[in-house]
Amino acid sequence: MATSLTPSQHRDEVDLRSLRAVQATTLRSEQEPVDHGPDQVRRRVSRATAEERFVLIGSWLAGLALAWIVCRRLMPWPGLLPLALCWFVLGLLVLAVAAALTGSATDVRDRVATGVVTSAASVVGFALLSAVVFIFARGAKALPHLNMYVDDMSGVGPRDPFTRGGILHAIVGTAIELTIAIVVTVPLGIGTAVYLTEIGGRFARVVRTVVEAMTALPSIVAGLFVYTTLIVGLGVQRSGFAASMALSVMILPIIARASEVVLRVVPAGLREAGLALGSSRWKTVWHVVLPAARPGLATALILGVARGIGETSPVLLTSGTASFVVTDPVHGVMNSLPLFIFSTVRSGEPIYITRAFGAAAVLLFCVLALFVTARLLARPVRPRRRQSLRHRRPHPDQEPS
Amino acid sequence: MSTVLRVQAPSLDADRPRRLSSALTGTDRVFAVGARAVATTVLLVTGGIAFFLALQSVPTIRRYGLSFFTETGWQPEADVLGIGAVLVGTFEVAMVSLVVAFPLSVATALYISEYAPVRLRATLTSMVDLMAAVPSIIYGLWGFFLLQPHASAVALWLQRTLGWIPMFAVDADPNAATWDQSRYTASAFIAGLAVAMMVLPMACAVMRQVFGQAPQGEREAALALGSSRWGMIRTVVLPFGRGGIIGGTMLGLGRAHGETIAVLLIISPAFEVKPRILEIGTNTVSALIAGRFGEASDAQLSALLTAGFVLFLITLLINTLAAILVARSRSGAGTDA
Repeated sequence: MATSLTPSQHRDEVDLRSLRAVQATTLRSEQEPVDHGPDQVRRRVSRATAEERFVLIGSWLAGLALAWIVCRRLMPWPGLLPLALCWFVLGLLVLAVAAALTGSATDVRDRVATGVVTSAASVVGFALLSAVVFIFARGAKALPHLNMYVDDMSGVGPRDPFTRGGILHAIVGTAIELTIAIVVTVPLGIGTAVYLTEIGGRFARVVRTVVEAMTALPSIVAGLFVYTTLIVGLGVQRSGFAASMALSVMILPIIARASEVVLRVVPAGLREAGLALGSSRWKTVWHVVLPAARPGLATALILGVARGIGETSPVLLTSGTASFVVTDPVHGVMNSLPLFIFSTVRSGEPIYITRAFGAAAVLLFCVLALFVTARLLARPVRPRRRQSLRHRRPHPDQEPS
Repeated sequence: MSTVLRVQAPSLDADRPRRLSSALTGTDRVFAVGARAVATTVLLVTGGIAFFLALQSVPTIRRYGLSFFTETGWQPEADVLGIGAVLVGTFEVAMVSLVVAFPLSVATALYISEYAPVRLRATLTSMVDLMAAVPSIIYGLWGFFLLQPHASAVALWLQRTLGWIPMFAVDADPNAATWDQSRYTASAFIAGLAVAMMVLPMACAVMRQVFGQAPQGEREAALALGSSRWGMIRTVVLPFGRGGIIGGTMLGLGRAHGETIAVLLIISPAFEVKPRILEIGTNTVSALIAGRFGEASDAQLSALLTAGFVLFLITLLINTLAAILVARSRSGAGTDA
């Protein structure tokens, strides 16, 4: 009731009541003028004001102009990189001065720190972008020709145009080597992860420590190990098989460790539910734990493969190079994408180098595709509508007939 | 009268608990044995590599003694083998990459976790992960063809301004009318820049994760007390993430030591201890292995394996320290500051 009264009525009623009560409280006799000030529009705190944005953009532009003057007119510093460095330093300086005009030392520090962090992050972004764009741009001449993907390099000389020869042998070689490596490492890696998470014990701790330690093995040392044992020691030929062994040695600890992390985060409640329903441990693992972890396991596998597909050093030591399509992994040398890139770039012939960039673009595309697939798989699955339950809802007993 | 009363006293035998058997039966036993067999295989393979490398380095150490680590030359025909120069080169490349990658990765991690719009955060995070997935040969090509001309100009500038420091000295005249660009290429500096591109995403990923775990309450408290965003980062996020910063950097450092192909593409091999990082010619352990395995005899092969083993031990040491630091920072022990 009281809330709907006007202030004066409200005061009267309160007066009456207070008269009835003990005279302990003195009431305000008149209403104090409340100063609302001018009509305020609430400022959005999370967003910069137009002025702040103007100062920010203006400072960086002024920094660029100053940097141009310093690098091109005052000092003999040619090239883009010195210009960029000067821009960074001078831009920060202008930013600091501009902030000092209006704000305190705290403001200056905040602005400068924001400037440093933002520009460093954009440098990193620019570097990544430049690497990707550069590879595709340099390989652009070789990429549009179909024979690039369906031909090999046998009988193709360094002066031959891009309409002859291709990298099919490298693509096939990479595919074969990776397939063997996956066939070897996936059962071993995931099996180890299952052992570490589901069975455990003192022995598991030893295995975990050693596997973790071996992720530190440099890829070149993995290659050298396989070279010494298989090729020099056992007399196996340099071949796709030896290369895939080197790749396996390298990615096995990575896959085992990544899958262990994935299996460990499977909720314990799922496992206990399976066991409480009377299933054996093996059935629980096979029907509950592994399906629950499937997207994560796929991600671990794909990231391991993405690592293996681009590693050049183990392959360099173990596979040898062929300029034609080889499908037999056991006999004879075999080429692969990273190795093809490495050897053709080193030849120094301009046309070969462009071919190498074309191959690098294909390799980069493969890695990008694998990466996107891994990301999509790792996304949490949206709960699907339970079709089966919905169909069953009108129970036959309750159906009006 | 349907209820019959029991006349006999109930037996007072105490309930004996059923004997529980934790022994596995049937398929479970097969499963346990099978899993253990797989794990043992993996242990034997991975542990076998370390053991094999250690075993192979015994004859080398016995033959060349400790001078193997200090000898700078690699002349198989004169029976002079040593990894002094390549060890120094490895550290130089790793240090350059660290000096470049450390500030950039801290700033990038801070940007992603503190400054970037919330909508962009997931995208930026996967960009960093993508950067880690790009093969090293791509960065090698990038460094050799795109970066090298620009970086050698920076090297010249460094020599002109800081040339009095032995590290930045170059055995060439900085003020020549046409500067001898080839003296400033294929150096540890440029190799380190390319390796930094591989160190950066690893370090950045760890740091971002740790920064993201900085307690929300303390952040809000700092902001409510009137701190600017940088003040909040300096007093809350950075002290909390200190372990992650160091650990992530060391993890990247481990990768930097083992990097082969990008370095091999860029450097021109030189077997001397060279403090001048801007000058042409250096070498690293992994580049040495990649360059010399082909013509190696048995003794040289074992020397190369020893070099590889040393490299592995260095990486292992760095990674272990990094793992300890990261784990400690996650448990919250690093928040005392």
